[in-house]
Amino acid sequence: MSTGDEFRIGIDVGGTNTDAVVIDSAGNVVRAVKVATTPEPIEGIRTSLDELLSDVDKSLVAKAMLGTTHPTNAIIQRQGLDTVGVLRLAAPSSLGVRPGAAWPADIREIVIGASAIIEGGNEYTGAEIAPLDTDAVRRFAAEATAAGCAAIAVSAAFSPATGDHELRVGDILGAELGSAFPVSLSHQVGSLGLLERENATILNAALLSVASSVVDGFGDALAAHDLAVDAYLTQNDGTLLTAAEAGRFPVLTLGSGPTNSMRGACALAGVNDAVVIDVGGTSADAGILVDGFPRESTAAIEVGGVRTNFRMPDLISIGLGGGTIVRDERAGNGSGLVIGPDSVGYAVATEALCVGGSTLTLSDVSLASGRLDGFGSPELVSHIDAGLVRDSLAWVDDQVSIMSDRMKSSRDEITLLAVGGGAHLIAERVPGTSQVLRPQHYSVANAYGAGIAEASGTVDRVYSYDRTSREECLDDAKELAANAAVRSGAHPDRIRITAITEVPMTYVPGGGCRVLVKAVGPLA
Amino acid sequence: METLTADDIEALCLGATLLGTGGGGDPYIAKLVAHQALETYGPVQVVDAADLPPDALVLTTAVIGAPTVILEKIPAGTEYVAGVRALASYLGKEPAAIMPIEVGGCNTLLPIATAAEMGLPIVNADSMRRAFPQIEMTVFTLAGLPAGPLSVADEKGNQAVFETTTNHVAETLARTAVIQLGLANSISCYPLTAAQVAQHAIQGSLTYCTEVGRLLQAVKDGDEGAWERFVSESGSKKFFTGKVMDLDRRTTDGFARSTVILEDLDGHDATMRIEVQNENLIAFVDGEPAITTPNLICLLDCETFEPITTEALAYGNRVIVIGMPCAPEWHQDGMLDLVGPRAFGYDIDFVELPA
Repeated sequence: MSTGDEFRIGIDVGGTNTDAVVIDSAGNVVRAVKVATTPEPIEGIRTSLDELLSDVDKSLVAKAMLGTTHPTNAIIQRQGLDTVGVLRLAAPSSLGVRPGAAWPADIREIVIGASAIIEGGNEYTGAEIAPLDTDAVRRFAAEATAAGCAAIAVSAAFSPATGDHELRVGDILGAELGSAFPVSLSHQVGSLGLLERENATILNAALLSVASSVVDGFGDALAAHDLAVDAYLTQNDGTLLTAAEAGRFPVLTLGSGPTNSMRGACALAGVNDAVVIDVGGTSADAGILVDGFPRESTAAIEVGGVRTNFRMPDLISIGLGGGTIVRDERAGNGSGLVIGPDSVGYAVATEALCVGGSTLTLSDVSLASGRLDGFGSPELVSHIDAGLVRDSLAWVDDQVSIMSDRMKSSRDEITLLAVGGGAHLIAERVPGTSQVLRPQHYSVANAYGAGIAEASGTVDRVYSYDRTSREECLDDAKELAANAAVRSGAHPDRIRITAITEVPMTYVPGGGCRVLVKAVGPLA
Repeated sequence: METLTADDIEALCLGATLLGTGGGGDPYIAKLVAHQALETYGPVQVVDAADLPPDALVLTTAVIGAPTVILEKIPAGTEYVAGVRALASYLGKEPAAIMPIEVGGCNTLLPIATAAEMGLPIVNADSMRRAFPQIEMTVFTLAGLPAGPLSVADEKGNQAVFETTTNHVAETLARTAVIQLGLANSISCYPLTAAQVAQHAIQGSLTYCTEVGRLLQAVKDGDEGAWERFVSESGSKKFFTGKVMDLDRRTTDGFARSTVILEDLDGHDATMRIEVQNENLIAFVDGEPAITTPNLICLLDCETFEPITTEALAYGNRVIVIGMPCAPEWHQDGMLDLVGPRAFGYDIDFVELPA
């Protein structure tokens, strides 16, 4: 360990396990632990820190990064969500679709305490649809608090391009309700697409109590170890929010788990472009990394039944895992081998034949074939028919090959990274891939991915290529994105642009083009 | 289908996305607008034009503007009613029914909301039964029926009525007006009598759209034999299964033009190229035209069978490409000059779909 070495802690709270790692400046794993995720996830975080730091020089720890499923679970389970007042600035446009119109009734009833569509918002040109109705804002403040709303979500038409009306509403609400009253403004949360951005803003406001308990709990857990370090949470694109930002924008942390896992796996293997297959107990998820970041899905993303416009990793999932149940129905007129899709899940450690259980699983097959070792007793699976083993693995190999082929962007052969507790199922050679790598520490890839995350900034706005040249518009967007990345903590000299997307706007005069740019850099 | 309720909207929306043939505007927002209107104002009667008095006035309504703008400027609903009323007032006659002009994309569902709000029936017919980018691209133009007089309206109360000399001028004037009106507006054109609709429109469009939507939903649900039923009953044919290898987007003359390159996933060494101007217009297999406008080229997601719009298409997407026959009413004199490959600047001949 060299002097000046600096440690980072990465923690990932998943559905089953909470993983934690300490990483040194060179990216080496100093220590890794895995503990069970607790019903109150902060407990698992505390336990993981206790185990992690028992044998580590705490004075070297400078930063701590947390990726967590808390907010996602709160939405999916409809638990701990705040009641929100929803204010849309767009009238007279948009009256045809009420806020929350497409939400599942159960979450709408819990979350949306009051809503109004009032005059305000902007046109694509930047002109006002109508002057902001400030009296209506004040009336809504009273109405929302009377309805028991703990926060207000404000969304204006075209606010990602022109945020002025939302900012003014934020000021008015601050004056009416006190500056501590939580207000979420849509242009700080989402991109173009009013209904999806409004949904994301409502979810954000509903998650503020959950977020503050996570952020405070994380801070307390670090303080309990006398760690006065910078704390961050990871967001869905694999980059960081400061703990304070995460407390204000918790919705941005949704879905960070798969991203952390894929980025962690690639960094551990030292590759930037690869297909990653994460085989768990129940399912296998395949994704692809391009230049170190997951390719994003273009489909609208629903969280707990609510449609948002977040960009999430493009993943495909199939029912193939270590606990997947194998049924031998070849006898008589049987249908042959039936593999999954059901699984004994995490109970594989007690239910599988190879540990003395009574269920034939893919782990038993893997052990009998020699792919798996270090788990269970080979003699407990030695009776399994060789034909069954061969046919089951042929099915697994087929599925793995199809998944990796579907994720690949070209016919070129690409590295396949096999990670997760069921990664033993993946063969040494997979057609269409150049090599199969199982990086060291892959079982804590998600925590490692959190630990190595960088800061980012994004911009999403409409430019007119006729008024200003395309090059100048793109330069402007890149500069705005880079500035945003620096504000998020990136080192100003080490910023790189990781994505530029141009979407020409049909029928819009003046060469209107929507430009999305993301800038990323390591923490300063 | 005699009345249309909020429960019918899902199948109609899925069918409309398919008939949008890659464009037509995402019907998602229109679905929400129609849903709210049907809940607020009650169900809408669906009628055949032949069942209306022959001289009854039928007025159309549709959104006109830019799809990307409509994502931010959600319809109020009032602009569609106002556009219909403005044209009725100019004509000095009350409408007896509302009709969609374009059953394909978002314009399938918005007229339903207007009919609900106005308490009028909706005519089970249209003039395209797919999406096209310009308002003169209708079977009415082939029949020599004028698009004017027509109205455009916004949600604030601004309205304009135009008398036009040709359907192409109608297109140009309406587009110019809506640039000033915020690019998320309503248009009401082709005012016709019920007798004219009965003689010249594509009949049964809403039923057809709902039916293909139901057939596709069964495929999405994984029902036994659903794909075979979908293919045989819609008369469509699977041409290609491939992965998006290249996607070149550009805007010229206000149209979103793209070229999509697909590489075969079925184990053949073949490439498909799709030329797009808002909608998918021509599909080439290894350089040879395979499907051409006005037949429909639809891309379905390989896993979910969800129809994919050009705007949502991305590098690496895995898609099934199907060709669907256009409405038989298109097959008359003048079709190729109006909506054939050369009408869009492609110097190739129309190709019949194989039986």
